[in-house]
Amino acid sequence: MNQLNPTIPGIPAVDVSGVSRVFSTKRGEVTALDGIDLTIAPGEFVSLIGPSGCGKSTLLRLIADLDQPTTGSINVFGTPAGIARQNQKYGIAFQQAGLLPWRTVTGNIALPLELHGVGKTARTQRVSELIEMVGLTEFAGSYPDQLSGGMQQRVAIARSLAEKPELLLMDEPFGALDEMTRERMQAELLRIAAESKAAVVFVTHSIPEAVFLSDRVVVMSPRPGRITGVVPVSLSRSASSDAEALREDTAFFASVTAVREELHGESSGASARGVDLR
Amino acid sequence: MKGILSTSLNKVVPPVALLVVLIAIWQIATVVGEIPAFLLPSPFAIVDELVQFFPAISSATRVTGTNALIGLVAGAILGILVALVANFVRLVDSLLAPLVAAIAVVPIVALAPILYSMFGANSELSRQIIAGIAVFVPVFANTLRGLGQVLPVQRDLMRAYAASPLQVARTVTIPAALPFVFTGLRIASSLAVISALIAEYFGGPRTGIGSFITTAASGSNYSRAWAYVLGAILLGLIFYGVTLAAETFASRHRRR
Repeated sequence: MNQLNPTIPGIPAVDVSGVSRVFSTKRGEVTALDGIDLTIAPGEFVSLIGPSGCGKSTLLRLIADLDQPTTGSINVFGTPAGIARQNQKYGIAFQQAGLLPWRTVTGNIALPLELHGVGKTARTQRVSELIEMVGLTEFAGSYPDQLSGGMQQRVAIARSLAEKPELLLMDEPFGALDEMTRERMQAELLRIAAESKAAVVFVTHSIPEAVFLSDRVVVMSPRPGRITGVVPVSLSRSASSDAEALREDTAFFASVTAVREELHGESSGASARGVDLR
Repeated sequence: MKGILSTSLNKVVPPVALLVVLIAIWQIATVVGEIPAFLLPSPFAIVDELVQFFPAISSATRVTGTNALIGLVAGAILGILVALVANFVRLVDSLLAPLVAAIAVVPIVALAPILYSMFGANSELSRQIIAGIAVFVPVFANTLRGLGQVLPVQRDLMRAYAASPLQVARTVTIPAALPFVFTGLRIASSLAVISALIAEYFGGPRTGIGSFITTAASGSNYSRAWAYVLGAILLGLIFYGVTLAAETFASRHRRR
């Protein structure tokens, strides 16, 4: 599990080793993550999948340095996660678009560039590139309340790409979208990730979504949050192959089955969890 | 645009029509019922006084309006500044919260006689201070609430961007608070006019609407007193209308 993708040498994009995270609550200590080892290569697309409470979002937040591990270490491109955050090594998108309602689409995408002192000319140029990339040119001057949920999420993704990060962290970014919008967004994300050559860590609880997008699917189980298996996916995602065909490919179904079996390997544990929940 | 216009017409026309009907009933009642003027003067008599004393009424309205405006601006600036400090320095918040709650309970105009003796009976300052204190409370409370409106996802995002505290305040915290500040101002605007006017009942220079209402009423000029009241109503409406427009403007795009 803890090995580099053999095709890409050098420093890994993300290196998680021996990480645990324990939350202290009123009812005692809750182990959200335990013994997590994970290495993600540059340019690799990795999904974290598992039932609620398996710690997949917590793991993403640790990589983003939005939270700190109780034990273990996390390196992003060879530096500790905290320094990587300070150095803006990653772009991030959440389930909620989290747009600033008083800023237009342009203003929202420009936000990270503004905060990091990118000059006005460079900013304008980059923002218009991004708006075009996510297909919102007509809506550049619109406010978030004038956009649909899918459009808002596209703005959030454009914003996460603003500084051309080599690592993209995404916490169920399509979770709140309807199925059709979701599939279209997945295809767009694949194209964008391929274009930008960024590594992606993608949290989801949809098996087809994880399989469709990923090079590797990391399957997690709850209480305590652990990695139970890693399913490599090899779909022929050449630039020419279209998303529809890919979804109907036998390799796609085989991988979906593999991930499902990996998840259900914990089924006895999962049902026990269901019983002793409260 | 046409839709907005017609909906606002739909909102405006019925209450205006009701008002006209009520005034008509009032006029008929005073004439037919031979109600004495000290009980209720007729609308025509009030309008007559309004026309006759227009320069005096408008200058008195200006004086009270200026006091209310100075109080509104000063109280709002103070309220916003103190709320900012309380938001960013938690200790200040815990020290101030009970104090502000206490101020909110005090009937501010009760201070008027004391302030007149402090600042002299010929000064408008006492009235401005009273309006200012009355304004401070709602502006402070609403601003502080507004400053707490940043969503967790926005906070995470700013941390991911490694934004400095000043950048967070400038780009997220303060813009998120703005609609709340304006709500506070809208509530405060009526209080400013009421406080500045009522303060005049307790003494001070005979310059504002409140002073003239008492003078007219004690001189048995009932319809003139009502004409001054009309000026006060107009003043209150102006303050409310302007701040309501500002609030509406500041809250556009804020539907969630």
